[in-house]
Amino acid sequence: MKVRFAATAADACAVLADDPAVVPLAGGTDLLVHWPDRHAAHDATYLDLGRVAGLRAHRWTDDTLLIGATTTYWDLIRDPRTAERLPLLVDAGRLVGAVQIQSRGTWAGNIVNASPAADGVPALMAYDAVVVLESVEGREEVPLAEFYLGYKEMRRSGRQLVREIRVPLGRRRSQRFDKVGSRRAQAIAKIGLATLEAEDGWRVVAASLAPTVRRCPAVEAVLDAGARLGGPDDLLPALRSDVRPIDDVRSTAAYREQVAARLLYYGPGGGAPDPSPAPSRPDPVRPLE
Amino acid sequence: MIDPARRSAHPGDLPATGDPIPVRFSLNGTETTLEVDPAERLLETLRYRLGLTGTKEGCAEGECGACTVLLDGTPADSCLMLTFQIDGRRVDTVEALDESALDPFLVGGATQCGACTPGVVMTASWIVGHPELLDTHRIRELMAGNLCRCTGYDGIIESVEAALPEGA
Amino acid sequence: MKRREGMAKLTGRELYVDDLPVGDHLWGATVRSPAPRGRIRSIQFGPGVNWSEFTIVTAEDIPGRNAVFLMEYDQPALADDRVRHVHEPVVLLAHPSRDVVRRAARLVTMRIDPEPAVLDFCARPARDQIQHGEDNVFKRILVEKGDVRRALAAAPIVVEGEYYTGAQEHVYLETQGMLAYVEDGVVVIHGSMQCPYYVVKALKPLLGRDESGLRVIQSATGGGFGGKEEYPSTIAAHAALLALKSGRPVKLVYDRWEDMAVTTKRHPARVRHRTGLDESGLLLAQDVEVLLDGGAYVTLSPVVLSRAVIHAGGPYACENVRIEGRAVLTNAVPFGAFRGFGAPQAYFGLERHMDVVAERLGMEPAELRRRNLIRDGQSTATSQTIRDGVDREAVLDLALSMSRWTERRAEIERRNATDPLVKRGLGLATFHHGAGFTGNGEVVLESVVHVAGTPDGGVEVRAASVEMGQGTTTIFTQLAADRLGLDPDVVAVARPDTHRVPDSGPSVASRTAMVVGHLVERACDDLRRRLGLGDEARGEEVSDAIRAWYLGGDGRAVRGEGESPELVGEAVYVQPAHIDWDEDTYHGDAYGAFAWAAYVAEVQVDLRTCETRVTDFVAVQEVGRVLNQTLARGQIQGGVAQAISWALLEDFRWKDGAMQNAQLTNYIIPTSDDLPRIRVAFLEVPYEHGAQGAKGIGELPMDGPAPAIANALAHALGVPADRIPLTPERLLAELERRAAS
Repeated sequence: MKVRFAATAADACAVLADDPAVVPLAGGTDLLVHWPDRHAAHDATYLDLGRVAGLRAHRWTDDTLLIGATTTYWDLIRDPRTAERLPLLVDAGRLVGAVQIQSRGTWAGNIVNASPAADGVPALMAYDAVVVLESVEGREEVPLAEFYLGYKEMRRSGRQLVREIRVPLGRRRSQRFDKVGSRRAQAIAKIGLATLEAEDGWRVVAASLAPTVRRCPAVEAVLDAGARLGGPDDLLPALRSDVRPIDDVRSTAAYREQVAARLLYYGPGGGAPDPSPAPSRPDPVRPLE
Repeated sequence: MIDPARRSAHPGDLPATGDPIPVRFSLNGTETTLEVDPAERLLETLRYRLGLTGTKEGCAEGECGACTVLLDGTPADSCLMLTFQIDGRRVDTVEALDESALDPFLVGGATQCGACTPGVVMTASWIVGHPELLDTHRIRELMAGNLCRCTGYDGIIESVEAALPEGA
Repeated sequence: MKRREGMAKLTGRELYVDDLPVGDHLWGATVRSPAPRGRIRSIQFGPGVNWSEFTIVTAEDIPGRNAVFLMEYDQPALADDRVRHVHEPVVLLAHPSRDVVRRAARLVTMRIDPEPAVLDFCARPARDQIQHGEDNVFKRILVEKGDVRRALAAAPIVVEGEYYTGAQEHVYLETQGMLAYVEDGVVVIHGSMQCPYYVVKALKPLLGRDESGLRVIQSATGGGFGGKEEYPSTIAAHAALLALKSGRPVKLVYDRWEDMAVTTKRHPARVRHRTGLDESGLLLAQDVEVLLDGGAYVTLSPVVLSRAVIHAGGPYACENVRIEGRAVLTNAVPFGAFRGFGAPQAYFGLERHMDVVAERLGMEPAELRRRNLIRDGQSTATSQTIRDGVDREAVLDLALSMSRWTERRAEIERRNATDPLVKRGLGLATFHHGAGFTGNGEVVLESVVHVAGTPDGGVEVRAASVEMGQGTTTIFTQLAADRLGLDPDVVAVARPDTHRVPDSGPSVASRTAMVVGHLVERACDDLRRRLGLGDEARGEEVSDAIRAWYLGGDGRAVRGEGESPELVGEAVYVQPAHIDWDEDTYHGDAYGAFAWAAYVAEVQVDLRTCETRVTDFVAVQEVGRVLNQTLARGQIQGGVAQAISWALLEDFRWKDGAMQNAQLTNYIIPTSDDLPRIRVAFLEVPYEHGAQGAKGIGELPMDGPAPAIANALAHALGVPADRIPLTPERLLAELERRAAS
């Protein structure tokens, strides 16, 4: 195994230009799972982003949040401005694993790991996040909603580093993050849904229902039209045209589809108080009343 | 054959996949410089290179938290860190805890078999040292990264509550 | 008393097997069968590896008999020409580098000519699937009382039901592991285990040695729950074989995935009931069938079946009972001991069925229990007359009052009627658990405990009982200190080392405090007698006498511990006279004492996702005597948590009889945020043959929660809830099925 280091972002890009097979390493909370058995991974070359200056910090401007290449979930959770301005990032962040994972896992790493069950990505995508890629050739910006091309395939070449993630602020209502896992913490999503109403219409982003995290344009169109729906089943046609859930080790296609439809239809649950209240959030989804 | 004085590393306990990497970090308050294999996890460095066996391996997948240490003061799984990654950082392990602070955990039934206990105690001591966390989080959520199969958790949660400063 | 072992665990100073500083040693790895059944045609050692660097062990290297003895000799230590389950061990490797031996194990492959495998324990096997006896049945047991057929025929009401429970993996936080080396000609084993003498008994025929050539030492054990009762003998055998062949110390420590996939798990079960009652809800007849999946080898299936059958009738009085049990072979990874040991499976069936019965009768579930709870003078399914002075109705009543049963049921039903998205339920289970080995089992064990005087005037308790979280060290210290009036600081408890402690039997069956603890007390009494002291001698009088014994009457040199003779008090198990058991007819006193319990679970189901949260749990039990409040409460809460998890979360993906989801990411146990506070209450009616009146409680809490939760879910949703785990996927499918019909 080899490790390369860089002192600056420019140096890091030079390393990747030199050898695009080098794997940039941020926290490592995905890469290092079952590490002792991952013999093939021991033979690769990595770029340690931990020693590169200026990648960790995040900053706020009047109309954006700029998330750094190695900003962790915990960094944003502990910043009180996040809960005020981009609450779904806190909701999603708090549902990633547990504190031990949140303190090491990064938002950029979550994007590049490209798991269909990602927790951070749906929230970012619902907020119209833009991935800022950097290489020796310069910068390229790709909306996160267009970043994935297929299972584990994305619009990033081996020469590019995710330099930052730009999240526009704005007026949003009815923001909600739902994660259905096998338990309340330390769970991989069986279903993930980030929904909100932006000024120009709904965003519905699904995880674990397709080979990639993705927007659900047909469902969004139904919500935008404001049609009167009789029940969760009325959302199934639109859902089926947007996603294709499968049976796997964690859950079944039938369950995923049914539950996704119900979560979308009922929003926060018709007045039933949750005995352990979720972190503070603005008004709940009520797309139908 | 078992000799408590022999805490030095047995080379075969650690991976040997490439050229060693120098790393310098603060360990339990002491500046420490080592050369480690690139594939060596912090957990292995602690247990096998440094003989600090208090930190335990439970799953190798970041689920159980038995390997929890404090990284720059915040809980992290040492099975999910390669040692070269923590250059310039601060690591605290269970060996550095003040034993007198552990009495609430003894009395409260926080430990039974002890396998999860060092990890539990690390996360718990972090909470106790940062009661402001409870403005936004519940104890059960903060402890959720430490699995325990023996206690059913009440003994752990009550011990944390008892250990918190008055009024927290 | 504060927990004696506690601070070592809290500070991380406690040494588990992987913490032991061995220095120069080899790491072991195991190569296993990929097929569920077949003949091994060939084994290939892959290219690109210098195999001469490795120690390689196969069945041919076994000096004695190729078997890991437990109850029978059917399970090979290493498969020779045939395999009977996926993951069956075939080849062992050792190498100085852990990483190298891990990689190398992947490069040893084998070709297996498949034979027809049995993978469904409920199906009758075909001729070519018979691998044990005539019919693949490991054990049959029949319990009969009265005349069930006649009583059922005459009963005004008959209710039938069929219930299934899934396997369960222990998930002790410390995985299994052993260290073996040869020292002065003796094979020494250190490791994580519950039964050091079981390991000795297994290694003797395997290695062709006797006790003097084998020494087994328990290292700190990070959880057992029965999972470290049988399998440690296999790992110890493997480590010993590698150590003998290589001439070096060998560490064999399992990774989590390996531990979950290849070691024993709780027996899956099917329980059928046919119950006859009168209109008042009085039980007239219980006809029960218990079927257990034993997996590929016998292990402890006959004894698990025994306990299941004995408990299957419950804490009830019924004149006519027939319980038929079978444990059968399949080509699954062998199933084995897990806390409760057959009783949780039997009780899931019984207590869920009792609610089904109550509903059929239109009777309140708690009242159905009250009507039938056994009273003093009445007899159990095995015709054991209960006469222990325990007010079992009071146990039920306390659980009902702590849970506000009647009001809460009414509140819940009102709210459920109007809440479209959240349904709540409250469910009950009443049950009992016999502590110690069944019937004459303790007689067969013939447990021995020593309490030795030490030259400083203190004592050392020597027993083979292990500490694995239940607080054995603390309990034994307390018992000896109380018995002799000594300060606990002068009472030591020896680490279980088979060259230093006698065989006090395995740390299983909820016997450690009750049975072995009582032997500790009697060994203290014997120590007193050997000192020529009266029964009332305590404290300084005892210490002075011990010191004097070592100094000798004429002031001769001190006799130290290593030199003999040594002052040792001894106690050997004596069966209490009141226990009368017939092993052939399964008739009589199955256990010296039972603990009695009533548990209530409250659940809340989110109908959007069908996720179940347990929002309250009440656990009331009568236990003879609570020896240590913190430890006892911890045992109950821990057991309740495991059983809640078994009922709702722990699910298996099986393929060819092997667990596919063998990772903690995919085999789900609860985090701290998945459980409520577990409210515990104890009642105490001392049992004269238990230490200080205590009855065993380690396994009791596994029996009640699963049926209580199933009953609560049935209350909430009206679903059958007849099989566990009751995952959200299964609940949703059940509700959809009901909506469609």
